[in-house]
Amino acid sequence: MSHALDATAGEIEAATVRDNRDNYLTDEWTVWSWLATTDHKRIALLYFASITFFFFLGGAAAALMRFNLLTPTGAIVSPETYNRLFTLHGVVMVWFFLVPAVPVTIGNFVTPLMIGARDLAFPKVNLLSWYLFITGGAITLWALFMGGLDTGWTLYTPLSSAYAKGYVVPVAVGIFISGFSSIATGLNFIVTIHRLRAPGMTWYRMPVFLWSLYSTSVIYVLATPVLAMTLLLLAFETVFRVGVFDPALGGDPILFQHLFWFYSHPAVYIMILPGLGVVSEIIPVFARKRLFGYKFVVWCSVMIAVISFFVWGHHMFVAGTSIYSAIVFSLLSFMVAVPSAIKVFNWIGTLHKGFIHFDAPMIYALGFVGLFTMGGLTGLFLATLAADVPLHDTYFVVAHFHYIMVGGMVSAFFGGLHYWWPKITGRMYPEMWGRVAAAMIFFGFNLTFFPQFILGYLGMPRRYHSYPPEFQVLNVLSSAGSTILAVAYLMPLFYFAWSLLAGARAPANPWGATGLEWQTPSPPPVQNFTSTPVVTEDPYSYPSPEAIQMEQAETGEARPNG
Amino acid sequence: MADIHSTFQYSTPAHRSGSSLDGMWLFLATEVLFFGALFLAWTVSRHYHAAGFAEAARHTEISLGTINTVLLVTSSLAYAAGLAFIEQGDTRRLLQCLSLTGLLGIAFVCLKLLEWHDDFYEHLFPGSGFALHGPDPGGAQIFFSFYFVGTGLHILHMLAGLGLLAWVILRAWRGAFSSRSHLAVEAVGLYWSFVDVVWLVLYPLIYVVGRPG
Ligand code: HEM
Ligand SMILES: [Cu+2]
Repeated sequence: MSHALDATAGEIEAATVRDNRDNYLTDEWTVWSWLATTDHKRIALLYFASITFFFFLGGAAAALMRFNLLTPTGAIVSPETYNRLFTLHGVVMVWFFLVPAVPVTIGNFVTPLMIGARDLAFPKVNLLSWYLFITGGAITLWALFMGGLDTGWTLYTPLSSAYAKGYVVPVAVGIFISGFSSIATGLNFIVTIHRLRAPGMTWYRMPVFLWSLYSTSVIYVLATPVLAMTLLLLAFETVFRVGVFDPALGGDPILFQHLFWFYSHPAVYIMILPGLGVVSEIIPVFARKRLFGYKFVVWCSVMIAVISFFVWGHHMFVAGTSIYSAIVFSLLSFMVAVPSAIKVFNWIGTLHKGFIHFDAPMIYALGFVGLFTMGGLTGLFLATLAADVPLHDTYFVVAHFHYIMVGGMVSAFFGGLHYWWPKITGRMYPEMWGRVAAAMIFFGFNLTFFPQFILGYLGMPRRYHSYPPEFQVLNVLSSAGSTILAVAYLMPLFYFAWSLLAGARAPANPWGATGLEWQTPSPPPVQNFTSTPVVTEDPYSYPSPEAIQMEQAETGEARPNG
Repeated sequence: MADIHSTFQYSTPAHRSGSSLDGMWLFLATEVLFFGALFLAWTVSRHYHAAGFAEAARHTEISLGTINTVLLVTSSLAYAAGLAFIEQGDTRRLLQCLSLTGLLGIAFVCLKLLEWHDDFYEHLFPGSGFALHGPDPGGAQIFFSFYFVGTGLHILHMLAGLGLLAWVILRAWRGAFSSRSHLAVEAVGLYWSFVDVVWLVLYPLIYVVGRPG
């Protein structure tokens, strides 16, 4: 493409940018128009605000915990307070940040855009889900601030029902209500993806992100009700002192663990599948290449969702379950690693011979690939029966799941946020700051959590507010890393806010990406598309590396996109 | 801008109603898992406390339970008939059928409350004053925990169903439905039948299993 042509294209873009005054953001600006909106794009922003709040709340609790672990005797808080802190941290981060995070924000915003629809199938249900979410969140917050709870996020019985000092029932009620928001969201996505695809948008032309959202939604819909019933029985037992789960009253505590993990193991895949999808979107764009092995990637998402329902027993290897069931669960847990690994190979295959651009979303995505792999591989250690006996309930487990959930999913969330920010807000974020923050997150994360693998291997148990002095060096390293991480997570808050006021106006397709969402103006109009798009191509139809090379040889240009 | 969003994403009314029915089916799938967890816990506990559960089952009122089963199944039959009538455009018959459904539903709830009243009167609610002192009183208490949780949730679903039914009747009365457009009748009918099916599982779990022994 010649420079003259480029300039004209640029002018046309500029013209569309100037004309784009009529969009979903400018449509109407009363409080009511936001609180009663049924526009999926506005609901996504309501969710953004809510989960950002929860993220920093949970983060504050984590910061206090890390600060406390600077010294072997516990630097600032009492053991009692420490227990409440990690419970607050876990409950908030799992149910009020990570489980909803990507689907309700990015997913809500881009799903209709990606399939060429005007909204989700049930816009009012979508709004309802947000109200359920904040109602559940408010009840839980109230309970956590009235004094909280000291059981850990897992709420194991009989600790929770008979001995816990704190607000078990209100917390359970809050989680119960927010669970229905997950169900509503999942149901909405499934019907939307089945029913509202634009003409020509066949299943295999859908972006991978939608396949992963679909798989996530299946888990939302099928696993969450089980948690709801479990919490209900827990609340009943706590209030009326009858023993469904309490062994002193004739109940079965292992039954609680089975039911809890029947939800919560699939839920950990709720907390990663959308991230796998986001990364599968980002990598082809910034490698300027077709996604390698599209069908493998999408079917692996489905496989992960299916297998995730059959591995919950690996959380109970040392809880006294039968050795035969443990062997089966161990095997099945190994199996879930297979589709996960296939995806990693697909990303690497996509990067291979690609023209890689290190924009901020790509740095997050690459960080994701590394950290997710670490987390997944250490999962295999834990799925090995003999290894899990000493590693269970140590910092090794803590490091394992933080590599996936924080290193992986939170990075994917931030990556996706940067990637779609121009579309969502119509503004470009400052690229330099974006890259710095992404690199700092990667570095800070590893410094925080890598030492925890060693600590766990050496035998430091999780959930204690003090530790033997020989563990201090590693703990201090970890705490030091967490300060870097905290700063890095705060940075986007500021430069994103700045970009809203002073960022450059974003063109419709700043990254030169394929996909319907980039064919409509940024920010999109209320009805998403002026006319219903028709899809004629496979996703990620970037030119082959050879074609790009030839074009570059002709024009002498280094890169198609700075 | 608020309201256009509820319909403008669909190309035709059939597209819309098909999607809504999909949504209802999916919702019922979540309900299956919800009650499924209860039935699982129920069954596991019965396994550990066979004696206590059997004793408790003998203190349930099978006559009331059986009458209620008949009422509920008949109500679903009436509803299905109503749906068949509106498919032929007969709003008057639809109204008659749905009213019958509603009356049977209300009768069910009343009988159930009566049964609860008796249960409380006989101190069958789990807790310190619990009346049964057989070989496995703990087990009997667990049975009644499940009994109250299960029937309580079922009644809540019935009340929701009655509310929806009232809404459908109101709309039918205003002439909102025709042979071609009666999405609400169909969707609420699915829900009503589902609540019926839940009862059909609860009935044997409460009144029948273990009773003869
Ligand atoms: C490669 C696939 C994976 C395998 C084989 C695996 C295996 C395991 C095992 C065996 C445990 C139990 C360790 C113990 O308590 O002793 C565990 C714990 C955990 N895993 Fe994974 N995991 C995998 C992926 C994931 C993913 C994708 C996530 C989250 C996004 C995750 C989050 C967690 C969490 C939160 C816990 C600890 C829960 C707790 O006790 O509080 N895992 N994992
Ligand atoms: Cu697991």
